[in-house]
Amino acid sequence: MENQPKKQQVPRQKMPEQDPKQRRHNFNEVPLGFSEETAKLEASRCLQCKKPQCVAGCPVEVNIPAFIGLIKKGDYAGAANKIKETNALPAVCGRVCPQEDQCEKNCILTKKGESVGIGRLERFAADYARCHGEISLPQLPPPTGKKVAVVGSGPAGLTCAGDLAKMGHSVTLFEALHLPGGVLVYGIPEFRLPKAIVASEVDYLLKIGVKLEVDCIVGRTRTVDDLFEDGYSAIFLGVGAGLPKFMNIPGENLLGVYSANEYLTRINLMKAYQFPEADTPIIKGKNVIVVGGGNVAMDSVRNALRLGAEKACIVYRRSLEEMPARKEEVHHAEQEGVQFDLLCNPTRVIGNDKGFVSGIEIQKMELGAPDASGRRSPVPIKGSEYVIPADTVVMSLGTNAQPLIAATTKNLGLNKWGYIIADENTGATSKPGVYAGGDIVTGSATVILAMGAGKKAARAMNEYLKTI
Amino acid sequence: MYKILFKKTLAQSIHLMRIEAPQIARKRKAGQFVILRLHDRGERVPLTMTTSDAKEGSISIVFQEVGKTSMELAKMKQGDSILDVAGPLGNPTHIEKIGTVVCIGGGLGVAPVYPIAVAMKEAGNKVISIIGARTKDLLIMEKEMRAASDELLVSTDDGSYGFFGFVSQVLQGLIDKKTPINQVVTIGPVPMMKAVCEVARPHNISTMVSLNPIMVDGTGMCGVCRVTIGGQMKFGCVDGPEFDGFKVDFAELSKRLRSYIEQEKISLDKFKCTQCAAM
Ligand SMILES: Cc1cc2nc3c(=O)[nH]c(=O)nc-3n(C[C@H](O)[C@H](O)[C@H](O)COP(=O)(O)OP(=O)(O)OC[C@H]3O[C@@H](n4cnc5c(N)ncnc54)[C@H](O)[C@@H]3O)c2cc1C
Ligand SMILES: Cc1cc2nc3c(=O)[nH]c(=O)nc-3n(C[C@H](O)[C@H](O)[C@H](O)COP(=O)(O)OP(=O)(O)OC[C@H]3O[C@@H](n4cnc5c(N)ncnc54)[C@H](O)[C@@H]3O)c2cc1C
Ligand code: SF4
Ligand code: SF4
Ligand code: FES
Repeated sequence: MENQPKKQQVPRQKMPEQDPKQRRHNFNEVPLGFSEETAKLEASRCLQCKKPQCVAGCPVEVNIPAFIGLIKKGDYAGAANKIKETNALPAVCGRVCPQEDQCEKNCILTKKGESVGIGRLERFAADYARCHGEISLPQLPPPTGKKVAVVGSGPAGLTCAGDLAKMGHSVTLFEALHLPGGVLVYGIPEFRLPKAIVASEVDYLLKIGVKLEVDCIVGRTRTVDDLFEDGYSAIFLGVGAGLPKFMNIPGENLLGVYSANEYLTRINLMKAYQFPEADTPIIKGKNVIVVGGGNVAMDSVRNALRLGAEKACIVYRRSLEEMPARKEEVHHAEQEGVQFDLLCNPTRVIGNDKGFVSGIEIQKMELGAPDASGRRSPVPIKGSEYVIPADTVVMSLGTNAQPLIAATTKNLGLNKWGYIIADENTGATSKPGVYAGGDIVTGSATVILAMGAGKKAARAMNEYLKTI
Repeated sequence: MYKILFKKTLAQSIHLMRIEAPQIARKRKAGQFVILRLHDRGERVPLTMTTSDAKEGSISIVFQEVGKTSMELAKMKQGDSILDVAGPLGNPTHIEKIGTVVCIGGGLGVAPVYPIAVAMKEAGNKVISIIGARTKDLLIMEKEMRAASDELLVSTDDGSYGFFGFVSQVLQGLIDKKTPINQVVTIGPVPMMKAVCEVARPHNISTMVSLNPIMVDGTGMCGVCRVTIGGQMKFGCVDGPEFDGFKVDFAELSKRLRSYIEQEKISLDKFKCTQCAAM
């Protein structure tokens, strides 16, 4: 390693992107991906550390130096297969993982300047394999004859289902909506994660024998206890976080006020941006306000631009520093012309005589002492209220636990917020044979953490299945 | 895919369909609905199940042509398949033996009130039903409702059949005659449900309504179906669809149902256009 000082002279390779002026009018993906040359160049920056810190930063322990080494050698399909050994959804993670807080944060080069672009390389390898049809199917062990149910097809469920299938179990994935993928299909927009990628990941699962039942709402169409009766020996619950929160301020039920979940679901899952070619409508506001400062808010506001908004604005009660959204997403939003009204909090939504939104009353805030989350808490400034015009308002304030499974499943332990209590290492719940993971356990978190939970649960379920 | 086993037109632009959906049929209870998506580009629309047959593995819906999707569904024939049918959704009606229950259905609302009348009767209640329509030709399911009830009263807005007036006036008549009533259940157009509540309220007769807000997922995820009940926000799909009628903000519900009035017209015009072109 010592005799390779030149490697550090190659700068971190930039990802080509669609021009902000253009992309704010289309739904195509924003970052365009590495070429083979750029990928090789970026791969050459990796020091192939003997004790790679990067791996420790990855919740699913991707063998990062190994796959990067393969890219360097030009064995892109090999690199993709290497990642697939521990990460079922590389094309997804390469795009949406908060890498700067995970693998890349730990990379040895971060201290010396700029980390290796691990996420970008991961995306490159996965895309290459997908586009060249070079995803090899794993050798499956002989069937164990055990039936397993995985409820919810978000990242937690997809990962769990894939791993259990690879262990030889007969897996059925139950999904309430008409399409599998969870937040990956209904929440995260096309321009950040093309839906064809999710579809191909699901296709891979089907190829290794996972059965999929859409339109099946567990708790309604079948209960957890029905599934046991139908011969499933173990059940994984990866049903995600549920009900959107509102602010409880006057005017929130005016026409043109959306929850981010509704706004994004209409656009992504139901393709409302293609209305009237697609049947689901959406109000294409000219003047859109999104309340909140997370990734979901950024996705909503950038969608608003693409639907034709002349002005799209984030209203957030703290300052830019406290914003929970990924820096990259905030930056992309700024480039596209999103406005930011910081240290502001809505106090009331105002409507016209037809019941549609016409504006929103805002109160200015200042930052006080740090709160429980360690962030400085916003304090309202009395008498600072003013009204800004808007014809669409999107509330992006997070979600509460989804109650359906809990309400229909006996002996399932919940915490005081209604999330399922599950063992951190195994996903085991208080109900024998029932495991859980992802947002329904942790509250809204990340794709990779949900996948990690699905993976741990699959391992534990495999052990459990041996005992029965 | 969910096959249409049977289709019948009940009145002008009102149709009944029996659809193959064994898992839903096994679970369905009175008061619950399904969400349909006709095809790939389709929207998700909620429709109440009027009956189900666990043996045949089928559910029945009754729907009215009011816009693009319902008209497109009406064009489908026996043997055709619907891409998605998800359910049963919503909380089942609370059924208990309480005495005399008056089930009131207006217009298309007769269809969803029917299974409730059946369940209330099975639970041992005396069921008096009141059904109404704008005019005689639009009255649906009279025979079924008569069979499900101890007593059936009919009204039409134009007096062409039964009592000349609204179903709420028929209820008023029962109250005036001192008929003992323990519970009212009413489903129909928003103004009708509101009128029924206003008749029952002074006499403090518990009145349950089934609300039909706009929906997308039907599982509590999006919040479009929010309604105000006693000043509190509730989600129609998971907290309802049935609520205490005295607490419902009907004016807000009516308004929210008009959210997409412009887009609905565009959609419908486009649909009619393609229908003409196809002919
Ligand atoms: C707009 C948005 C943007 C985001 N951006 C990022 C990002 O950039 N990076 C990142 O790491 N994370 C991001 N997240 C967070 C991340 O998507 C979630 O943490 C992750 O998807 C959680 O995975 P999950 O498998 O637990 O649940 P989900 O993805 O929510 O999937 C749950 C699935 O279960 C189904 N389901 C629910 N109830 C039932 C039932 N009763 N029966 C059957 N099926 C049911 C649901 O329909 C859904 O398909 C974002 C989230 C949102 C909403
Ligand atoms: C829980 C529930 C149960 C329902 N059960 C039935 C049923 O058994 N039979 C039936 O015919 N309809 C029922 N509806 C209403 C049905 O979903 C709508 O009529 C349908 O979605 C209209 O779609 P469309 O594309 O044909 O019309 P659109 O173009 O969407 O609308 C056309 C007209 O219908 C009105 N409309 C739209 N959505 C609704 C709605 N949710 N409720 C009432 N009016 C609406 C609009 O205001 C508009 O004037 C139910 C709705 C809910 C929420
Ligand atoms: S899965 Fe995410 S955290 Fe792990 S290596 Fe890939 S990008 Fe990094
Ligand atoms: S820490 Fe950085 S340089 Fe070292 S192996 Fe990981 S990616 Fe390569
Ligand atoms: S329809 Fe989406 S929450 Fe009720």
